[in-house]
Amino acid sequence: MKVTLRIWRQPGPEADGGFEEHDVDGINEEMSFLEMMDILNDRLVEGGGEPIEFESDCREGICGTCNLVIDGVPHGPQLGTATCQLHMRKFSDGARITVEPWRAAGFPMIKDLIVDRTHLDDIVAAGGYISVNTGSAPDANLMPVAKSVADTAFDAAACIGCGACVAACPNGAAHLFTAAKVAHLNLLPQGQPERYRRVEAMVEEMDQWFGSCTNHGECETACPQSISIDFIAMMNRDYVKSKFKNRRLLSQTN
Amino acid sequence: MEAQTPTARRHWLVEFYGSTVGKKWVMAITGVILMGFVVFHMIGNLKVFVPPVDGELEINLYGEWLRSVLFPALPHYVFLWILRLGLIVATVLHVEAMISLTRRNAAAKPQGYTKQEFQAASYASRTMRLTGPLVLAFVIFHLADLTWGIAPFNPDFIHGDVANNLTASLTRAGWVFFYAVANIALGYHLWHGLWSMFQSLGLNNPRYNAARRLFAQAVTVIVVGGNLLILAGVFFGFAPGI
Ligand code: HEM
Ligand code: SF4
Ligand code: FES
Repeated sequence: MKVTLRIWRQPGPEADGGFEEHDVDGINEEMSFLEMMDILNDRLVEGGGEPIEFESDCREGICGTCNLVIDGVPHGPQLGTATCQLHMRKFSDGARITVEPWRAAGFPMIKDLIVDRTHLDDIVAAGGYISVNTGSAPDANLMPVAKSVADTAFDAAACIGCGACVAACPNGAAHLFTAAKVAHLNLLPQGQPERYRRVEAMVEEMDQWFGSCTNHGECETACPQSISIDFIAMMNRDYVKSKFKNRRLLSQTN
Repeated sequence: MEAQTPTARRHWLVEFYGSTVGKKWVMAITGVILMGFVVFHMIGNLKVFVPPVDGELEINLYGEWLRSVLFPALPHYVFLWILRLGLIVATVLHVEAMISLTRRNAAAKPQGYTKQEFQAASYASRTMRLTGPLVLAFVIFHLADLTWGIAPFNPDFIHGDVANNLTASLTRAGWVFFYAVANIALGYHLWHGLWSMFQSLGLNNPRYNAARRLFAQAVTVIVVGGNLLILAGVFFGFAPGI
């Protein structure tokens, strides 16, 4: 099959960017989108040109680096998967496909389709951890966790940090990412001692770089892990609670 | 966006209202207050459909009652002004939060996509920043027309005669058209806002999540339907109470 790519190229952070068109023929519909891009790059290099820069690592949907906006949708038209899990059979022969980088002020451009997602790490560094004494691992099941709580925390922990939620958001907000990282720890007993400090620190760090949530819900649909915006409500609740909480009563659970 | 240099810890309320989450919480709380107002305003005005008893028009009695709630414990107008001040403060906060968040969001998303395919955002959610200011402009127009009775808006205005003022204003086709458009804009605003506020307030529970959409849609249909019915009743002259 053959497709025409209309693809964003930008030599560097300060340089002007623009779209470039490439016909890619002789591809097979069992190829992944990234394999199709690899073939295009091989041909560009053979022709003496510069390959198109894009990120990828695991190519199995777990590392969160393969970040492309394909036809106006982060990670492309197949919902609930990352770009690397998208196959050419999802496109028709002769399709014209627009490929753009994540766009948000919180993600400065590096080159072509690669942006810098360090500010997501800044949010995690602000509070996305628990402070424990290291040593031998505690016995499993020493600390009981209700099944429903463990499941919900696990749903939040599925976030791969790709930033598609920010890319999809018309407000450039990182609420879904932050909420997932907050909820993952704030739901579990191990996260309780730092629960309120964590949510305040992470929200306030997020606010340094990203926009505000208007509850459009675009993030949830773009998310390759289908993380629910229910977590945003949980984060809002914990943040507001934290601001109004009597600190002397912090260790009371309710 | 430029990072703000971390300063010494500020007052907790300043920090709270400075955050995107705090501002949305304030929008939601003030939105609930304003929702309460539009619901009661609509119900109150349904009095135009109550036939007069002994020649007394209920809508006028209702207007009189609003001015004298808690009288004689409080002088006339005092309670009404307490309510009005509450609404003014709510509106100012709602609009201030809207302006500062809109600025922030524009800075956070300087460039969009050549073609963004919206997957989830509704027409209502994407027009909040249009329907909100339209409702505000309408409210000011409406106050000039039927509360203050300023001459160019409502030349036949008689202070205290609600029935007369309504008929004088809402038998003009242009006026009725603008009132109807503003109410439909309010409807879009409520359709998204009354669902969205649950998220902003952190009220999320699988047991009642489905009911949140239903609540927003029901309140919207009731408020807008009621208001349009009142407009039609006055314009086409089928409301017996005026
Ligand atoms: C009768 C009047 C009004 C009612 C009942 C009302 C109600 C609401 C509610 C319930 C929300 C949802 C808050 C949330 O998502 O947490 C909202 C959001 C919003 N309102 Fe209003 N509102 C009114 C007037 C206005 C006015 C006058 C403006 C602007 C001039 C405005 C602008 C907005 C905007 C832009 C949002 C979206 C905020 C965001 O998601 O960031 N509203 N409104
Ligand atoms: S919440 Fe979803 S879209 Fe956002 S960073 Fe995590 S995995 Fe990616
Ligand atoms: S390459 Fe790792 S998630 Fe796609």
